[in-house]
Amino acid sequence: MKFFKNSYYLLACCFLFPFYYFSKSIPVCKDCTVKKIETALSLAKNGDVLELFNEKYSEFNLKIDKKITLKGKKNSIIDVKGKGNGILIYSDDVQINTLQINNVKTSYTDDLAGIKLKNVNNCTVKNVTLNNTFFGIYLSKSNNCKLINNVLKAVAKKESSSGNGIHLWYCNQMIIKGNKISGHRDGIYLEFVKNSKIFNNLSKKQIRYGLHFMFSSNNHYQNNRFINNGAGVAVMYSKNIRMNNNVFSENWSKISNGLLLKDITDSKIYKNYFKKNTMGILAEGCNRMLIKNNDFIENGWAIKILGNCYNNRIIYNNFMSNTFEIVTNSSTNNNLFEYNFWNQYSGYDINKDGIGDVPHSPITLFCFLNEKIPESMVLLRSNFVDLLNLTEKITPVLTPESFKDFKPRMKKIQWYNS
Amino acid sequence: MFKIIRYSFLDILKSKLMLIYTAFFLLIGFGLLNFSSDLHKAIISMMNILLLLVPLISTVFGVMYFYNSREFVELLMCQPIERKDVFLGLYFGVSLSLSISLFVGTLIPFMFYGLSVSGQIFQFFNLMLIGVLLTFIFSILSFLISVYNKDKIKGFGYAILLLLYLSVIYDGMMLMVFVSFSDYPLENVALALSILNPIDLGRIAIVLKLDVAALMGYTGAVFNAFLGSMNGILLSIGSMALWFFVPLFFYVKKINKRDF
Repeated sequence: MKFFKNSYYLLACCFLFPFYYFSKSIPVCKDCTVKKIETALSLAKNGDVLELFNEKYSEFNLKIDKKITLKGKKNSIIDVKGKGNGILIYSDDVQINTLQINNVKTSYTDDLAGIKLKNVNNCTVKNVTLNNTFFGIYLSKSNNCKLINNVLKAVAKKESSSGNGIHLWYCNQMIIKGNKISGHRDGIYLEFVKNSKIFNNLSKKQIRYGLHFMFSSNNHYQNNRFINNGAGVAVMYSKNIRMNNNVFSENWSKISNGLLLKDITDSKIYKNYFKKNTMGILAEGCNRMLIKNNDFIENGWAIKILGNCYNNRIIYNNFMSNTFEIVTNSSTNNNLFEYNFWNQYSGYDINKDGIGDVPHSPITLFCFLNEKIPESMVLLRSNFVDLLNLTEKITPVLTPESFKDFKPRMKKIQWYNS
Repeated sequence: MFKIIRYSFLDILKSKLMLIYTAFFLLIGFGLLNFSSDLHKAIISMMNILLLLVPLISTVFGVMYFYNSREFVELLMCQPIERKDVFLGLYFGVSLSLSISLFVGTLIPFMFYGLSVSGQIFQFFNLMLIGVLLTFIFSILSFLISVYNKDKIKGFGYAILLLLYLSVIYDGMMLMVFVSFSDYPLENVALALSILNPIDLGRIAIVLKLDVAALMGYTGAVFNAFLGSMNGILLSIGSMALWFFVPLFFYVKKINKRDF
């Protein structure tokens, strides 16, 4: 009876998982029976594993329309040689692991990419290195895919002739984690992407934005680093975004934003670190945002908040060594500034509760003038300007009086441990 | 002439005022570096202090020294020495000793806090160069004013007025120009105006070098592009040179004519 029961299980296994039982591995190399990836793809069935070796494969437009795994070694190189796309994935459950794809050339009519995924679910692209590609990884209308630990390198020269590192269009529930992207137009570009997680990526030296997203709500960005990009990070027309523990540094350019927020509502930006950006945050048409526990260090302008922003709370942030702390083009304050630490604050705290007794006005006269006449920047750090700022501080005439932090903190806020 | 330079140089170096000047910079340097051990920030703060103090001290000291050394000058002029040598000797003695106190007073604290290994050394010497240039320019201006005015009080007044004009009023006028002509593109005007004033020029040269340029947005980038280019550098050097050589020319011309 016992034997019967066991064999019954065995039998059940055979029927239930034939898929895994008969999946085989197909090696592809110069000395193997299968020499080209293209032939291997036509031979493969659902569940097969294609194995690549440390070789160079000169192939392009590799279409994957079966549920297979493409697995290589560290130096498995697919050299497209500018003839088209690298890999095109049209099937669900495809896994790409440990590969290099090189040389996808710029096209003005087609979005050529190293790896292109279209209308798929549950795909994974992992440990892939893409060198010198137009678009790196391009996904459209896909769900539940994972892009993990990929390295994308390109040397884009002009905005018009370059593509994005990771490009997502109409996607849902994606995970983009641990990628290193450099030298594209936008590092990570998202349009109509929902419920996704973008964690631990490094995006640097992009021509335009480190991260750029439009119409993408309910996403979460954490632990990313955006360094030395043309114009930092741009977040536009979205709702319910969480951005925390990101580093924005050395984003210097003429367009000048570390983090550009345009038409963002109900979002949380906390525990981020803005250092040496032309502009830390530029907020335009943003409502009900929470900007909390961020560090703004050595930026040209820490925050520029335009008059069409309402009901935002800017609390418990550290502002240190910024050339200008806050800029605005409005004469009224529709936002709340409270409990921030300003290192330009010159008040006192008699009752020793850690909160300054005199409100701090972060907008100096020169800052206000400079907003209207940018050329007056030549007078930065001039004695005359310091004098003007001082008199304006004592008797405010021009600067908006309601723009004040009524509860400025006396000491730097330590949020690192909390 | 070199003998006179040496004499006045040593004379000034030995004076208490010079010691105070050096000690002041030592104190400021150590104070700044003690509060923020970040050299970069200390250099920026030092810049603010230098741009305010160097022209002030050079002007005041130059005028004072010129009037006080009248007896010495009279004594020298009885000797068979050329007038030009006497007066240039005085001038270079003053500006050299002022520059040296500035340099030593600032260098020691910065060296003490690891300037040579910090990578900020270029910025520091840039700052020093500007400081020395400003010393030379404002000393010659004060000497020029003194040689034109026999009355001590008048000379002092004019010198202080000139200093005030260049360090404060000029900037205010610049701002007024910007405000009244804000409808026009002002970038070139701003550049031209700032190149014409040695203090502004010095300030911008340091600000641009201290990485703040990149943080100044579009206009900052424009200024950086111009002042970083060969033309910009040549023009700035030319402007500084004019501020030095034109007064020097009139100074020499006047001393040869003036009746003592």
